[in-house]
Amino acid sequence: MKQDKIIHAALTLIALSAISGLALIAIFVFKEGLPIILRVGAKDFFLSGQWYPREGKFGILPMIVGSLAVTAGAIIIGGVLGLGCAVVLTQFAPRRLVVVLKPAIELLAGIPSVVYGFIGVVVLVPIIRQHLGGPGLSILTASIVLGIMILPTVTSISVDVIRSVPRSYREGSIALGATGWQTTHMVILKAAKPGIAAAFILGMGRAIGETMAVIMVAGNAMELPHSILDPVRTLTSNIALEMGYAAGDHRQALFATGVTLFVIIMVLNTIALTMSRRSAGKGG
Amino acid sequence: MKITPATSQRLVVAVLWLIAAITLFILLFIIAYIFVHGLGNVTCSFILESPRRMGRQGGILPMIVGTVYVAALAVLIAAPVGVLTTIFLTEYTREGKLTSFIRFGADCLAGIPSIIFGLFGFVFFVIVLGMGFSIISGALTLALMVLPTIIRTSEEAIRAVPQAYREVSYGLGSTQWQMVTRVVLKSALPGICTGIVLSIGRCVSETAAVMLTAGSALRMPCSPFESSRTLSLHFYILAREGISMENAYATASLLILAILGINVIAYLLMRRFVAKVT
Amino acid sequence: MQNNANNVHSDKQMLQNSSGIIERDIFPSADSQKIVVDKFSAYYGQKEILKKIELSIFSGERLAIIGPANSGKSTFLRSLNRLNDLNHQFSYTGRITFDGKDIYDENVDVPSLRRRIGMVYALPVPLPCSIYDNVAYGPSVSGIKSRRRLDELVELGLKKAFLWDEVRDRLNQPAMNLSGGQQQRMCLARVLALDPEVLLLDEPCSGLDPISTAKIEDALLELKSRYAIVLVTNNTKQAARASDRTAFFLMGQLIEAGRTDELFTKPTDKRTEDYITGHFG
Repeated sequence: MKQDKIIHAALTLIALSAISGLALIAIFVFKEGLPIILRVGAKDFFLSGQWYPREGKFGILPMIVGSLAVTAGAIIIGGVLGLGCAVVLTQFAPRRLVVVLKPAIELLAGIPSVVYGFIGVVVLVPIIRQHLGGPGLSILTASIVLGIMILPTVTSISVDVIRSVPRSYREGSIALGATGWQTTHMVILKAAKPGIAAAFILGMGRAIGETMAVIMVAGNAMELPHSILDPVRTLTSNIALEMGYAAGDHRQALFATGVTLFVIIMVLNTIALTMSRRSAGKGG
Repeated sequence: MKITPATSQRLVVAVLWLIAAITLFILLFIIAYIFVHGLGNVTCSFILESPRRMGRQGGILPMIVGTVYVAALAVLIAAPVGVLTTIFLTEYTREGKLTSFIRFGADCLAGIPSIIFGLFGFVFFVIVLGMGFSIISGALTLALMVLPTIIRTSEEAIRAVPQAYREVSYGLGSTQWQMVTRVVLKSALPGICTGIVLSIGRCVSETAAVMLTAGSALRMPCSPFESSRTLSLHFYILAREGISMENAYATASLLILAILGINVIAYLLMRRFVAKVT
Repeated sequence: MQNNANNVHSDKQMLQNSSGIIERDIFPSADSQKIVVDKFSAYYGQKEILKKIELSIFSGERLAIIGPANSGKSTFLRSLNRLNDLNHQFSYTGRITFDGKDIYDENVDVPSLRRRIGMVYALPVPLPCSIYDNVAYGPSVSGIKSRRRLDELVELGLKKAFLWDEVRDRLNQPAMNLSGGQQQRMCLARVLALDPEVLLLDEPCSGLDPISTAKIEDALLELKSRYAIVLVTNNTKQAARASDRTAFFLMGQLIEAGRTDELFTKPTDKRTEDYITGHFG
């Protein structure tokens, strides 16, 4: 049918444009960033702490450490809170609470990152500075703020995973006399473990990619931290702070930072995907 | 002292309720804090005037316009492209290595930080294509950013349509396109719209990507080729530079109101989607 | 009597095909061959589902297709309206002609073919819209836009399916709200609204209660004067009471086909007899 053929061709064109547009981003970032990594030397780029753009020195180790530290803290806080909320929503909450809690978490997901950062600055930073010492702008502060920001991601994926555990598991366990919590942690969470791990990993991916909130609360010091009360700069903050005025090699180094982020996130995504595949395979 | 299962159950349930309570408290705290400090300043003149003295005084009308302009343009580009691409992937191609790869790619890109999109947009749209800091640069960048999400949510919605419907449609003598529009899209529409509405929310809250592409001009944009400042960027600048805390809170209040509105719409759409599927 | 005997004799000759399976005497009132299946084999990937089927379908008759599960009955049916095209692994050899023209020819307008050969499935599948929109779907995708014409066709289809009286006052309600038997009759009405020439029914009563089943069988009896009807059924009793000719499929092969009353009382093949008497399947 001629009309069908035209439609097919049009759709193919649109789809190819969309996909190439997205692929273009990846290609572009790598094209701009990879050469400088090779020029500076991978070892120097990733493992040196010397970031002096004007002298041509580009070592992103402090930023890598900063990103990892902040992400680790975020996943501890966000993971515990997020998983807890997921368990509450699926196992223990009466209907009335679910109707309130679920939209609340979705709302948390929608709040702009700059608002989170702002609240972190005006509320958290003074508290931490007063009671725990340090400048207040620190790994700890960023971890708390990021943890709250990734909570919705962890919760929503965990809820999906827990819901996909067959009902018969739960019913069988209860029939054997187990309490609700025993059922939850010995049966359901165990069955959902790979999927929940995937949720955590995707949460980590989100934390590592966050920019604005981190700029506002992490301190942006270009130094390796010694304690969680020290300020740090993350990979994302570095890009955002210097992009406006960077040129030439400096700009390419920022792209190289982007490449690093890209690769980290792709690795995290792949791990998460394989884990959730394992969960799906087991579940049936 | 031995902890019986009943006791550990009670303990854990208490902890879990605490977690839920903390989460709710955090949400309410954030909203309340912003509203208490800012809602009072959201007056008619605030909404309808332009800023004066770099935002110390006056209103934020250009920012509202700029935000709507950028977000609307981005979604107007991304939504049809995303939905049609999804239709192509689900209905017109066979499931195989290529489609799995594309899906993986879309999933990855959905997780890429917005700053990288901003980076790309800055170099590609602003500089290489010569569009400069402009609404169109920002919109194109945001469109690329939300495209993977729209593809993902559309795919979920379309896959939820039972295969039997497609067979029935063919059996009654429809062409493929008729089947797609009259059966599949009609059924999947609430789910697809939810994804689109959530993408609008993402565009409105986004800061890093627009900072580097749409720029931060304070004046009212008259064409998409002009630079403009979005609400979230304005809020960030006001707060970080300490220009005006009052106006910062007021801007944030408006932002949160917008997000609330968008979420409510998405929630209602989602409910219709679930009702249709069950 | 003499005339009839002559007719039967020549029909028999026409039908004796090369592999020697003789299709037994045709019910005298059948007039033309609507569909001719000529050495048709069907494959899903490497697996051979249908093996060189040779069978004719005449207008004005009700042909029942019986056989145990996995004999290829559904595949056969779906080959007749090219619904198997939806399965990427489907391939075939041989020919199927409809009114003398090869239906698998590349110039064939497949949507048009499917309007002329309509199908009702085992489980009723109402589309998620109103009863009216369901029944009007076929005509409207075929290009009919006039509301009045669609109204006529909807009423006609529902009347022919014996459902009109029950739903005439609630045409705009969701089709999902109907009972199982009503939904299936609506699915029949959907197809009838297109006024097809052949009706394919794939175990249409499998999920229904006896009363709904009886209603559908009654409808088929009324309809056979206008259409050729092919009815796949797992229920040999239904085949015995609701068809003029019966074909027995076993493991992808057509074992035997002939007048229903003769096939059920004096089957020629032992395998047919075993199946009918319940020794297997």
